[in-house]
Amino acid sequence: MDDPAQLTEFGKILLIGVAGLLLVLFTLLLGSILSPKKPTPEKLSTYECGEETVGNAWIQFNPRFYVIALVFLLFDVELLFIFPWATVFGQPELIAADARWGWFALLEMALFVGILIIGLVYVWKKGDLEWIKPRPIMPHVGVNIPASAYDRLNSGQYRVRKFNPDNVTPTAEKTAAATDELKKPAFKPRFRKPGTTPS
Amino acid sequence: MSIDKQLESNGVVIAKLDDLLNWARLSSMWPMSFGIACCAIEMMGAMASTYDLDRFGVFPRPSPRQSDVMIIAGTVTFKMADRIRRLYEQMPNPKYVISMGSCANCGGPYWQHGYHVVKGVDRIIPVDIYVQGCPPRPEALIGAFLELQKKIETEHIVADKLQSTHA
Repeated sequence: MDDPAQLTEFGKILLIGVAGLLLVLFTLLLGSILSPKKPTPEKLSTYECGEETVGNAWIQFNPRFYVIALVFLLFDVELLFIFPWATVFGQPELIAADARWGWFALLEMALFVGILIIGLVYVWKKGDLEWIKPRPIMPHVGVNIPASAYDRLNSGQYRVRKFNPDNVTPTAEKTAAATDELKKPAFKPRFRKPGTTPS
Repeated sequence: MSIDKQLESNGVVIAKLDDLLNWARLSSMWPMSFGIACCAIEMMGAMASTYDLDRFGVFPRPSPRQSDVMIIAGTVTFKMADRIRRLYEQMPNPKYVISMGSCANCGGPYWQHGYHVVKGVDRIIPVDIYVQGCPPRPEALIGAFLELQKKIETEHIVADKLQSTHA
């Protein structure tokens, strides 16, 4: 490793980095030479899932709409499921075949709606249906330091001195031993034959 | 232009480069991942583990900027037609379209009374491959990609580019 012509470990990493960069740049260059370019205003327009873009994307959006959307979904899905259920439940032949069937279907739907109503009651109780929170929860942290401690700091008067180079006390110089410690290389590779014990 | 003429005008290097490029392109045809109707279920089946379209390099992309192929998998309504047209325009050249199923081919069961259905997606965008069926089986979609590979094999991107720059 003392031979200056030999690459250091970091030199090898640098070589790999340079080779990788060249390969990527070569591929990009090849692509830009070979690929057909037929730009049109429509092709260069912003991709928004096929929709025509309207306005700016940097708008502010209140996160409270998220809860409203979730609650809407609750009713939406509920309604979607009730419609097919109602058409089957309304058939008199099925009820005539077995009277218990009607009660079973009604109970099933009551269970389904009941679970969703529990969710609605939960949201209602949490106060998420109201735009302005009725009971805002202020974060409170219990700390043992009394407020008077801050009062003393804030009311304290501080004297401002004029700058004078004679008054400045120099900070302690670093000792020579500490600088020697820093000069040591952080990583020293060593080579040994397999099977031998490290010295 | 026939291959012989191609060789005369451009030489062996360009022809071989075209072959290489075509091989690269047909080995990784990335479709734009969007399904419109029930054909999309078959398309998902074709891409999933049972049929594994990935072995042909077919891998759905979420953006038209990265895709080569557009699979019209389902009924094209007039409301959707604008969007499909815009998505097709936003794909980079060279781009291909596979029309999957009867609805996309010609309107399918909505041919006569479907007031809302475009009677064939080829009325709004150019279609390369048509897949018959309602819906087509996943094998049919794989067959469509094999046919598209045959089509890509015969193209001359570099030669066309050279001619356009010389002209």
